[in-house]
Amino acid sequence: MIRYILRRILMMIPVMLGVTLIVFTMMYITPGDPAQIILGDNATPEAVAKLRAEMGLDDPFLVRYFRFVKDLLRGDLGICYATKQPVFDRLIQTFPNTVKLAAFAVVVSTIMGLSLGIISAAKQYSLFDNIAMLLAMMGNAMPNFWQGLLLMLVFSLWLGWLPASGFSSFKHMILPALTMGTSSAAVLARMTRSSMLEVIRADYISTARAKGQTEFKVIMHHAFRNAMIPVITTIGLQFGRQLGGAVLTESIFAIPGVGKMMVDAIKARNYPVVQGGVLLIALSLSIVNLVVDILYAYIDPRIKSQYK
Amino acid sequence: MGTNLNTVTSKPLPVYKKRSQGAEIWRRFRQNRNALLGMGIFFILVSFALFAEIIAPYDPIQQNYEKIMQPPSRQHILGTDELGRDIFSRIVYGARISMTVGLIAVGIAFVAGTALGVICGYYGGVIDNVIMRFVDILMAIPAILLNISIVAALGTGLQNVMIAIGVSNVPRFCRIIRASVMSLRDQEFIEASRAAGATDFFIIIDHIIPNSLAPLIVQATVSVGSSILQCASLSFIGLGIVPPTPEWGAMLSTGRDFLRKAPHLTTFPGLAIMAAVYAANLMGDGLRDALDPKLKR
Repeated sequence: MIRYILRRILMMIPVMLGVTLIVFTMMYITPGDPAQIILGDNATPEAVAKLRAEMGLDDPFLVRYFRFVKDLLRGDLGICYATKQPVFDRLIQTFPNTVKLAAFAVVVSTIMGLSLGIISAAKQYSLFDNIAMLLAMMGNAMPNFWQGLLLMLVFSLWLGWLPASGFSSFKHMILPALTMGTSSAAVLARMTRSSMLEVIRADYISTARAKGQTEFKVIMHHAFRNAMIPVITTIGLQFGRQLGGAVLTESIFAIPGVGKMMVDAIKARNYPVVQGGVLLIALSLSIVNLVVDILYAYIDPRIKSQYK
Repeated sequence: MGTNLNTVTSKPLPVYKKRSQGAEIWRRFRQNRNALLGMGIFFILVSFALFAEIIAPYDPIQQNYEKIMQPPSRQHILGTDELGRDIFSRIVYGARISMTVGLIAVGIAFVAGTALGVICGYYGGVIDNVIMRFVDILMAIPAILLNISIVAALGTGLQNVMIAIGVSNVPRFCRIIRASVMSLRDQEFIEASRAAGATDFFIIIDHIIPNSLAPLIVQATVSVGSSILQCASLSFIGLGIVPPTPEWGAMLSTGRDFLRKAPHLTTFPGLAIMAAVYAANLMGDGLRDALDPKLKR
């Protein structure tokens, strides 16, 4: 098992290096001179040229890329053009908010998705099942930025129950987490239902029923536990998806997270911040996927035995 | 034995009408009411896109300051926006943008993903390793961030949005076709074709691709919906299609400033996006069932 984990970690290194190359190339070909952006439109050409030389912007692509990777390994992601702070510091300030929001969204989506999926499977083709699956399909199709606006309209502007923006208390997290969690809940509900339906027809479920166990016990102890394996993977993948999806939700609810910081940075052509944000989220996503794979192996003894 | 064999008459065998594969798939697809609903919605949106000039009652860009933010009425069935433009007309013209992005972005992903996936799956080895690591790298970056990075590099506008969304969808197509090709390449009919002297190119075009199409068609259908959603997301944060071009995501973005005063500015574009994605998902599910031989009746 440890060999498997080590191998997965080693496999992450080339992927992350590749991500750095892609992100660096994107920012390299982006129009606009960083020296000019830092100094502003009124800067003299001499001042711009001097800064370009200082920043090493006149060096060839590969030289600049290797310098970028070298700096990255030391935790130096460059300087934010707007605040003149190191990008690393800005990421440290904003990343916990994004993780908090994503984690809360996963909790919301897991509760909603699992409950809907289990009841739908237990009562297949019932009215509840049909309505739940229709809602799941719609939840999956609904753009979350629109849903965020609708929630804001109803719960903040009309009813005045919850704040429309900011991130200072638990109350501030409810609407954004619901916004992010709904589409994941929809995916999870469909996944749980189909996974449960596959298990529910198995012989050991009939045996459990024949033994006279209550329906609740049959569903929760026998069916659900076995149906959980693909569901856990989906939950893990949803967490990764939330980290990326936070971009839109954070912008709608003015949450000071990495997503909003990146969107603001793109508009201001503050590229080191964009680079740092993309790298951080890609790295987090890879780590989440790794953890999911390891968990998967632990939960399913058949997979675990392959690595013994 | 006096039995006259000629007198023994057997019941005539029922005559089955021979259907082509396409007709059989269509028959199964048609039996799925949800899939038909999806197709119906999709057909309406495609009609909007094709005949926008005829269907839209007003010019989608023409401003009318005397009719700012009017609620739905008989003259303007979905109301007017902050510049007095007819929302229904903008949604109809917006369908043209969304459908164009959806279809062309998926086209890019389909062609590039299929080409890469076939090469990986058919040849394997070093080529497969190199391409699949590149695919892994693309998949390590969430689609929205990849889109944002590409649009930031290339600039906003319809063409660049289509390229960005197309590129971010390539890995999915590549993985699907690769898996399909790997399961096909060692099958007997491919061996037979090779033994008969067929070239790799011929085998790929004539045997591999047609036999791998089913999962690709399903993926392409669902991806049209997700591409429309991605385009709207980019426009919503100001990085996609730029106003005054009528695009659903951009309409939602400008409408959010008037959320309390005129919620219809965001409601109808939101519904349009949802309808398009919903239709594509229903059609994708229907096609998956219709193309799955295990479900053959």
